[in-house]
Amino acid sequence: MRAVTKVEGRAVVLDRPHIDTDQIIPAVWLKRVERTGFGPGLFSAWRTDPDFVLNQPGADEAKILIAGPNFGCGSSREHAVWALQDFGFEAVIAPSFADIFRGNSIGAGLVTAQADEDTVTALGMALAADPGLEVVVDVAERTIAVPGSGLGYSFALPDYARWRLLEGLDDIGITLRHAGAITEFEASRPAWLPSSAPAVSAGS
Amino acid sequence: MTGRLFDKVWQRHLVASPQGEPPLLYIDLHLVHEVTSPQAFEGLELAGRTVRRPDLTVATMDHDVPTRNPEGPISDPLAAEQMARLRKNCEAHGITLYPLGNAEQGVVHVIGPQLGLTQPGMTVVCGDSHTSTHGAFGALAFGIGTTEVEHVLATQTLRQSKPLAMAVTVDGELPPGVTAKDLVLGIIAEIGTHGGTGTVIEYRGAAIRSLDMAGRMTVCNMSIEGGARAGMIAPDETTFAFLEGRKHSPRGAAWERALDDWRSLATEEGAAFDREVRIDAASLRPVVTWGTNPAQSVSIDDVVPEPASFGATGDQHAAQRALEYMGLTPGTAMRDIAVNTVFIGSCTNGRLADLRAAASVLAGRKVSDRVRAIVVPGSARVKAEAEAEGLDNVFKAAGFEWRSAGCSMCLGMNGDILMPGERSASTSNRNFEGRQGPGGRTHLVSPAMAAATAVAGHFATPGDLEGAC
Ligand code: SF4
Repeated sequence: MRAVTKVEGRAVVLDRPHIDTDQIIPAVWLKRVERTGFGPGLFSAWRTDPDFVLNQPGADEAKILIAGPNFGCGSSREHAVWALQDFGFEAVIAPSFADIFRGNSIGAGLVTAQADEDTVTALGMALAADPGLEVVVDVAERTIAVPGSGLGYSFALPDYARWRLLEGLDDIGITLRHAGAITEFEASRPAWLPSSAPAVSAGS
Repeated sequence: MTGRLFDKVWQRHLVASPQGEPPLLYIDLHLVHEVTSPQAFEGLELAGRTVRRPDLTVATMDHDVPTRNPEGPISDPLAAEQMARLRKNCEAHGITLYPLGNAEQGVVHVIGPQLGLTQPGMTVVCGDSHTSTHGAFGALAFGIGTTEVEHVLATQTLRQSKPLAMAVTVDGELPPGVTAKDLVLGIIAEIGTHGGTGTVIEYRGAAIRSLDMAGRMTVCNMSIEGGARAGMIAPDETTFAFLEGRKHSPRGAAWERALDDWRSLATEEGAAFDREVRIDAASLRPVVTWGTNPAQSVSIDDVVPEPASFGATGDQHAAQRALEYMGLTPGTAMRDIAVNTVFIGSCTNGRLADLRAAASVLAGRKVSDRVRAIVVPGSARVKAEAEAEGLDNVFKAAGFEWRSAGCSMCLGMNGDILMPGERSASTSNRNFEGRQGPGGRTHLVSPAMAAATAVAGHFATPGDLEGAC
């Protein structure tokens, strides 16, 4: 995973609550076996509307998405994160995120900046007045700034998530440092717990 | 120890709690399917890692399998590729796979319990948000993303910050005609789609205790629709009776030891929760969703609501938008809304008990000729058991298509979809925009109401059909 310290660039505002993962990437796009190539599927149903924000000039350069509360609710599909990243987004700012989406984002290196409702509203208003404004999401400082308008806010991000993003760490690598503890734990598991061994994979 | 079911299960799976990092939780069962796993296996192999516990990993094919003629060639090359990948990955890593055509194949959350793989006090994960279903057994079960799937494959553990514990207590007795599906839709309407965010819900109270395992699975299944990571129900005699004698259930002396352990899991009297909600079962009604999230539901006796009736401006806009998408006018009686399609199936309501409930409404009746009705059993075994009881004949005689197991129209990946503007009564769990096909309009209902609606051609309860057939 690539380290992320700061995301700077254009932002688009998608002012809707409860944006679910079926909107972010509809199921029909999930048939790929790679982690890449999901950008064209991002909000594909909404993008059929010419007035949709992502169809406006400059939106294809945006790096930051600003959305309503409970962003990413629904399915556990990490493809939603990959689609946002493939389109070019590196950070999402919202008043709240669904739990699984948030975990997936951190795992894949997408910044989920949880800001209060007033911050999100103020950012929306500033960008409505000037859609070209640059927004800066600083992971190290946990701040959001709009240098062109002098606005500055803070956002919430758990310490561990912040550290992971800043270091670009691979979780598995960190966990394997505890391999000894895992082996020890396994020795203590009750014998009745189910196991599927021996493997079966016959046709029927 | 605070004496809550959730803490007891959490505590016994803690491998390490390193300073400054989320705790490391051991995973007893990892369920895998074709759509969210290929990138995880690829990542694992690129890093030169192996699957730590293939014996605690079980795979099946469900999300994009064809449900018509599953023995035939798979016409969708992308779906075929995902299935071929899963087969190759399972072979390479020695993982048990129940592929298309196998007698145990089916929706991942139907087959785990059916095989006795899901047991009280376990941790269960899967790259699918409805993994919460398995919590019906008193397991801690939740959905994970593909990066986490790879983490579990490599380490058999997961890093998890501990969620809060929420109690949803449903007191009293469910009124006649109110099913587990109505119960959980009622809970979600009460708490909202993010009322459970950051928590694990324990469902408690007399109305929950009175549910059979199929009903408990329906309730836990939809925990995620209330925003919760997982739902749990303390194991009791109903749970043990369901598990006894299943393929992977403990036997003999091990069964007795397991029972002793499982009996110790229930939350103790007087334990406190971080959030608590109480619902009176007597207030619940058979419900239908009218909007584009599962919290937007009303009683079948009600009308489509006015957006202005919602307090917050945000909710008013969301309701307005939902009504536009759904093509509904406020004030319309729910019973006056006609449907084109009825879908009975999914991990929410695709079990034998659900098919029985629907078939009992359909016996001796015919599906309206304006309606396309399909029933997709949750697993190949559910299908076989239903056929042994003759349920297939009841469905077919009524005019339903009798399909093979899979997710099918729950998410419309396999080509079983609604056309733009089509309206369904569906026993699945999500009525999001386009969930059952772009432009499709989904209304969530119970199996009994789905069957009655298929006959009437508009939303109806089984009671509405009396004397009308
Ligand atoms: S039936 Fe629906 S909700 Fe259940 S696993 Fe399949 S797609 Fe997901």
